[in-house]
Amino acid sequence: MDALDLARWQFGIVTVYHFLFVPITIGLSAIVAGYETAWVRSKNPQWLRLTKFFGKLFLINFAIGVVTGIVQEFQFGMNWSSYSRFVGDIFGAPLAVEGLLAFFLESTFLGLWIFGWERLSPVLHNACIWIVHIGTLLSAYFILAANSWMQHPVGYSYNQATGRAELHDFFAVLFNKVQLATFPHVIMAAYLTGGAFVVSVAFWGMLRDRERGDDHQTFRHGVRSGAGVLLIAGLGVAFTGDISGKIMTDVQPMKMAAAEALYDTKSCAPFSVLTVGNLNGSKHTDIIQIPCLLSFLGTGHFHGTIQGINQLRAEYQAKYGQDPGRPYYSPGDYTPIIPVTYWTFRLMIGLGLLSAAAAILILYVTRRGRAPTNRWWARLAILLPLLPVAANSFGWVFTEMGRQPWVVFGLMTTANGVSPTVGAGLVATSLITYTLVYAVLAVIEVGLMIKTIRQGLPDVTPTEPSDGGDADRPMAFAY
Amino acid sequence: MELTTVWFILIAVLWIGYFTLEGFDFGVGMLLPILGRDDRERRVLINTIGPVWDGNEVWLLVAGGATFAAFPNWYATMFSGFYLPLLLILVALIVRGVAFEYRAKRAHEEWRRGWDIAIVVGSFVPSLLWGVAFANILRGVPIDADLEYAGGFWNLLNPYALLGGVTTLLLFLTHGAMYVGLKTDGPIRLRARRLAVQVGVAAAVAAVAFLTWTQIHTGNGGSAVLFVLAALALVGGLLACSQVREGWAFIGTFVAIALAVAGLFVALFPDVMPTTLADGASLTTTNASSTHYTLTVMTVVALVVTPFVLAYQAWTYWVFRQRIAIHHIPEEELAAAG
Ligand code: HDD
Ligand code: HEM
Ligand code: HEM
Repeated sequence: MDALDLARWQFGIVTVYHFLFVPITIGLSAIVAGYETAWVRSKNPQWLRLTKFFGKLFLINFAIGVVTGIVQEFQFGMNWSSYSRFVGDIFGAPLAVEGLLAFFLESTFLGLWIFGWERLSPVLHNACIWIVHIGTLLSAYFILAANSWMQHPVGYSYNQATGRAELHDFFAVLFNKVQLATFPHVIMAAYLTGGAFVVSVAFWGMLRDRERGDDHQTFRHGVRSGAGVLLIAGLGVAFTGDISGKIMTDVQPMKMAAAEALYDTKSCAPFSVLTVGNLNGSKHTDIIQIPCLLSFLGTGHFHGTIQGINQLRAEYQAKYGQDPGRPYYSPGDYTPIIPVTYWTFRLMIGLGLLSAAAAILILYVTRRGRAPTNRWWARLAILLPLLPVAANSFGWVFTEMGRQPWVVFGLMTTANGVSPTVGAGLVATSLITYTLVYAVLAVIEVGLMIKTIRQGLPDVTPTEPSDGGDADRPMAFAY
Repeated sequence: MELTTVWFILIAVLWIGYFTLEGFDFGVGMLLPILGRDDRERRVLINTIGPVWDGNEVWLLVAGGATFAAFPNWYATMFSGFYLPLLLILVALIVRGVAFEYRAKRAHEEWRRGWDIAIVVGSFVPSLLWGVAFANILRGVPIDADLEYAGGFWNLLNPYALLGGVTTLLLFLTHGAMYVGLKTDGPIRLRARRLAVQVGVAAAVAAVAFLTWTQIHTGNGGSAVLFVLAALALVGGLLACSQVREGWAFIGTFVAIALAVAGLFVALFPDVMPTTLADGASLTTTNASSTHYTLTVMTVVALVVTPFVLAYQAWTYWVFRQRIAIHHIPEEELAAAG
């Protein structure tokens, strides 16, 4: 493998890994903040127990989200220096603003929240975690604006003299139409993930603590509130995904064609749910097809026209000139790897919506004080958060692989973005290092999560903010 | 003033923020086994930086992001050129960050010892390597006419750069010990003060040697003034420490680090990465920079947001101003195996 392939694997691995934790951070910070608000308003200790319990799990997850983010910030310069030179004028700005506006907010107020239980009034303390959540949303907004620009470059012009893309409208970048669909979609996906996490853990706890009335009851609150979040977010994801699909058909028609392995332009194009065969355009057999649905997804009309890969390939070749000439792709064209786009698109939708279906089921079996007795329920519940986590990864792999061979659509191919002076040996070194470190971290974090979940709900004695009189008592929370 | 100059200054400010703030939490991390004799004492040390270390680290992330936005060529050349040291720094920051969060989550001796090592090594490596990296920037590295780094890893290891690394290492140790003296109570506080003076003398020697070398090699009038003031601040801090004026002592190392970094940037200007190749090209604030439009946008954002950031970070330090001693650490039983 050459440096380019290694750099691509590295980007994919560290980014997908970062994004395993990100949606949980975004979703769980909102839910924990909601629990604390419920406690502040009702003073019902059940909500405080849920706040502390899920707060602990949130922090375990957050730690890895932060440290893997640091790698993200630096790897553009390390592995993609040509890319960085080419787009820095545009791409750097949202990244810097993200740090200034979002990361300072998240990290500072999280510190206040973690250690501030007895130093801040309950309302102020609760405000801190809400601010953390706002920080995560801001962070997502700016990084997604940067990513959306790569999908659909706007507000710039190409400068022949400097050989780079230069910004002339920052607001066009911030309100890129791809961004306006991507941001709500990703946030909804994050709430879906957070909701699934809460449902799963609380459902497991509820079944285990069947004998302990209060714990059982508290966990039941967790299940029902988490399922509510999950269901609403499930609708949100489908709605925003639909909009995303229409915009994508407009700005990157090849990606939509590749998502469906649709080789020839069609009106009333069907949506294929399952296929066998090799998807190379010669012969594959659709097992399940929904007539005209693809046309509807892409254009909003059942008889809208969806362009096929073959026609688009000819069009792109005429428009963009020579093929970048990398063997990694189907040779001589601007087509992504079809099986990857086809399957990741389906897995994203399928696994995500399956988790919403599971929520309905769990709401049903826990209705009006009931709880199932079969032990399999508890085991299956553990798998629930894996569905949206996987769906998120598939969503990104689809979006990013579907854009290939471009790193910035229509402007720069991935092959041209890589650092020219960094050899394969160096990239391999860092790739192996990150992979090993990340693997170890994953084992440790899952272990800690399981341990914390097994410990169950903490007992709480609500603490009042100290006014100096008892400054010598132990801290409510200490590292 | 040219906007490129404004951004050179702002980036200097971000690095000053990073080194003065994360400098002391690196120091605390490295001093963990030295000042903390048992688990509870080590927990005292970690909790002095618990609420703030992550906020301190963001200064680095913003410095990186701002360099990307304002000087893309600088960002690209520096990070692809300093590949291995940067990789080591990143891995160190990863294990260190996780260690703070996870260490207390299990009451097992082995577990805690493992994370202690992660904290010490994770604080040591960046303390040393940031100095090496900055010294190399000042010294100049091989950059070819296409603005690409043309050297290897071994170019980065030279006596001047190593002296730079030792200087940051000793300064951060001193700064960390001063912070512990200011933020704890009981035996740790005494130990920290004593250590701060001892290490501080070594730090002063290294700093004077390094800054003098820098001044001779690349300095100008402005950097000379800043370096002298930095040395005075450091000496003042050490004196204050030996007089048990812990607040002034900490301000002393804080100001010393700030002025020294400021001096380094003044010595560097208008280059951002000078080349050592005869037929190469130095990166400067002009040939590395973004367009005027981008710099304008960024300036507006920075002017609006930065005051808020400074205000709420300062507020955090105020909220957690209380000294910590071992009786603040909740009791627990440590199990031997894990
Ligand atoms: C949609 C959301 C999203 C996406 C696509 C990304 N991130 Fe992220 N990132 C977050 C959402 C987020 C977050 C929710 O804000 C995190 C997760 C955990 C955390 O602490 O904040 C975070 C943490 C985080 C941090 C650490 C912040 C700190 O110390 O507090 C950095 C430096 C980055 N990210 C940088 C990146 C870069 C350069 C990305 C692109 C390649 C990226 N992230 C993708
Ligand atoms: C919002 C931030 C981003 C996210 C979440 C993201 C996510 C992803 C994902 C999931 C992949 C697929 C990995 C794989 O198939 O192995 C990928 C690939 C890639 N991305 Fe992004 N990306 C982001 C921004 C960027 C940026 C800023 C760059 C600029 C260099 C970039 C360049 C690449 C490259 C070069 C690949 C490799 C393509 C391949 O292996 O086919 N991405 N990214
Ligand atoms: C009916 C359901 C869904 C539809 C129609 C849908 C549609 C889409 C489309 C069209 C894109 C590509 C956007 C682009 O490249 O421009 C996308 C991306 C993505 N999807 Fe979905 N999606 C659905 C469900 C989900 C679910 C359940 C999740 C996760 C839980 C998810 C997570 C993502 C992510 C993380 C991305 C990448 C970011 C982006 O480009 O928006 N999606 N989705």
